[in-house]
Amino acid sequence: MAAAAGRRAGAVRLGLMLGPVAFFAVFFAWPVAAIVTRGLKTDGGWRFGRVADVVGQSDIRHVLWFTTWQALASTALTLLVALPAAYVFARLDFPGRQVLRAVVTVPFVLPTVVVGTAFLALVGRGGLLDELWGVRLDTTVWAILLAHVFFNYAVVVRTVGGLWSQLDPRQEEAARMLGASPTAAWRKVTLPALAPAVAAAALMVFLFTFTSFGVVQILGGPTFATLEVEIYRQTSEIFDLSTAAVLTLVQFVAVGAILAVHAWTVRRRESALRLVDPSVTARRPRGAGQWALLTGVLATVAVLLLLPLAVLVRRSFDGGLGYYRALGDADGGTFLVAPIESVVNSLEYAVVATAVAVLVGGLAAAALARRDAGRLVRGFDALLMLPLGVSAVTVGFGFLIALDKPPLDLRQSWILVPLAQALVGVPFVVRTMLPVLRAVDGRLREAAAVLGASPWRVWREVDLPMVRRALLVAAGFAFAVSLGEFGATVFIARPDNPTLPVAVARLLSRPGDLNYGQAMALSTILMVVCAVALLVLERLRTDRTGEF
Amino acid sequence: MPLLELDAATVRFGARAVLDAVDLTVDEHEVVCVLGPSGSGKSTLLRAVAGLQPLGAGRVLLGGQDQARVPAHQRGVGLMFQDHQLFPQRDVGGNVAFGLRMRGAGKEQQAARVGELLELVGLPGAARRAVAGLSGGEQQRVALARALAPRPRLLMLDEPLGQLDRSLRERLVVELRELFGRLGTTVLAVTHDQGEAFALADRVVVMRDGRIAQSGTPLDVWQRPADEFVARFLGFGNVVPATVEGAAAVTPWGKLPVPEGSGQGTRTLLVRPAGVRLVAADAGLPCTVAARTFQGTHVTVHLQPEDGGPRLEAACALRRAPAAGDTVGVEFDATETVVLD
Repeated sequence: MAAAAGRRAGAVRLGLMLGPVAFFAVFFAWPVAAIVTRGLKTDGGWRFGRVADVVGQSDIRHVLWFTTWQALASTALTLLVALPAAYVFARLDFPGRQVLRAVVTVPFVLPTVVVGTAFLALVGRGGLLDELWGVRLDTTVWAILLAHVFFNYAVVVRTVGGLWSQLDPRQEEAARMLGASPTAAWRKVTLPALAPAVAAAALMVFLFTFTSFGVVQILGGPTFATLEVEIYRQTSEIFDLSTAAVLTLVQFVAVGAILAVHAWTVRRRESALRLVDPSVTARRPRGAGQWALLTGVLATVAVLLLLPLAVLVRRSFDGGLGYYRALGDADGGTFLVAPIESVVNSLEYAVVATAVAVLVGGLAAAALARRDAGRLVRGFDALLMLPLGVSAVTVGFGFLIALDKPPLDLRQSWILVPLAQALVGVPFVVRTMLPVLRAVDGRLREAAAVLGASPWRVWREVDLPMVRRALLVAAGFAFAVSLGEFGATVFIARPDNPTLPVAVARLLSRPGDLNYGQAMALSTILMVVCAVALLVLERLRTDRTGEF
Repeated sequence: MPLLELDAATVRFGARAVLDAVDLTVDEHEVVCVLGPSGSGKSTLLRAVAGLQPLGAGRVLLGGQDQARVPAHQRGVGLMFQDHQLFPQRDVGGNVAFGLRMRGAGKEQQAARVGELLELVGLPGAARRAVAGLSGGEQQRVALARALAPRPRLLMLDEPLGQLDRSLRERLVVELRELFGRLGTTVLAVTHDQGEAFALADRVVVMRDGRIAQSGTPLDVWQRPADEFVARFLGFGNVVPATVEGAAAVTPWGKLPVPEGSGQGTRTLLVRPAGVRLVAADAGLPCTVAARTFQGTHVTVHLQPEDGGPRLEAACALRRAPAAGDTVGVEFDATETVVLD
């Protein structure tokens, strides 16, 4: 009888996993495999010698080196700037804390293209620094590093600060009573508890910056290219598929290694820590040190996060409303349609992508949350994170190669774009839903069952009300991510149906003030849409929803 | 025919038998309390009856029907969880009405029954209150009302008063006892607190390591513990091996009188603290007072025999209690002495 119950639970889990696994097989594994095969297989069979050839080229080695060191530098810089902020948001109570916490999250969901554009407006030709002091950074690596800090600031604040705010301050007090000085207590008690969260955040930042595309594409110029940018260049400009395939493999291996380490640190983070309600751990700042820290963090947020966005908005109004009006014209020659139509396209695509991501991610999270999860399920968990790191460019190009013939010919279908965007949204849905589903006390379900609720009723009466908010938050994240997706969409969006980020990139690639101004205006619209979505979410956000 | 019957019910977690071939019956209108230390398998027993824990072997019968193929939500039993498990997103009324709703009761019917039950548990008019704002005692009452609302044929309580403070616990035990008597509810409760069990139950079942060590009325169990484990679990410290011959027993404390008709031969002997009488230092077994603890109605005096035998506990009136370090003599009272096994 026990064995039968076990088999039933296993069957349920398998059923839940079936959909997500099929989705990933068809829309992720197959396209990626197709492009790698295309690049490495000729009539005569596999050409693995290409790997050594490609990696041996000096310009490719240069790209690899740059990709790695800029990711390391970006990660270090982000930690340096954001860790004090994690402390301030976790432990200090000041007016406007909740709003500011939401504000620092806005950059994370902003499309990379907007981030690139905003920094261009700040440090580029004719930018704010250029106007004031004649300083231009857009030809230096600093522009990229700063944009990466801007983008990933929230990752550290949320991941580390989220845990920090829940650490029981009495642990430190216990150490104090045993004779530890304040610094010693922090070093021996708080720091070890935080270390896995810091490591997890650092790995996430490293992963995002290692695979950075939109930011580097816009700010890197001809000098700086990451692997992802190089893959794009090789596929769409040089048409050297075999080099692109090798680079994809290299990136795949690197990302796989990073994710494996990340999964390990996350498991350690979930280990036995005494967590308390975050609302009880924050105190009003006391003493000169804490006030200085608070002021410093607020100043950083103002200069690093708000200023670029403010400059972007201001530049978009340089010609009054002229740039916004120009968005309505189709005769600019850049597009077959008026740029403003990309707003509608983007919103439609994002809605469909969100629905797909929530369905797939929700099923996956439900399967993962079941308590008897074994090794197989943990592997599935890691698999779901892969799209975050695998070259979006590869996925996009793979869609074109793999999904263009029967049985699945989607090349002419509008559904390709939302499918690619959903792929990127799924990891966010899973990460948001999973902690909430896991936190539902199993005995609440039992209480409902004993009171006469069938398993389906139990899910509806107990689980659903508890995850409803998380579901909305997850949907919002998926929506924002879909809206901003660039790497894959740039390949598969049809010329007469561009999305917002694709339109921005295309405008930026054309000369002339009008195009530049329109890019700023379109970016501003995209930013407002994303920010509104996020601020709505922040109101819904529960304590238990996931941290990234 | 008993309402509930467990027939060699067995549950294994790995190699360990948490329930080891347990036989137990509960008759209609009977209040049975399972008493045992933590880890003795009492919660598992309830979960097995509720259908939340599948049996490895044996049977659970309700009203004579084997429940093997009946899922938890169709068994028609109520279970009050140890920490109540109220649904946090519903108000008090929503919690109490939950079981009725699952059975498809109409809105008016639900409202009437909720009002009736909240009245019954002493929380009239609390239906719209949020669960989060309830005190521990109030939560316990709501949990009870919720479990009673669908009129389960068997009500099970898991450590019903476990987390409440002492005075509240003592008051609620009386209330529960009265309530069950009035409603004629059949109850199976588990607790580790003997006072609770004795106050609540018609019959007490003591469990040890997944087996039933003793079953009987509270008075039976208190007066004649089945073995050393039960005696020690009930809080008796004066338990020693003894060789009984006629009306006397040879023990590490010397030769003690035992009641007529006691079992003969190698046995275990229990002397209740009231049967340890303090006399002048030059009479009886010479002992040193190691400590004394105040118990409210009396003082427990912990005595170390001077010949190095096992320690003794004596109950003694406050005014007559010797101080720590005093030397006293000890005599034993046959009427407070029980030969076990």
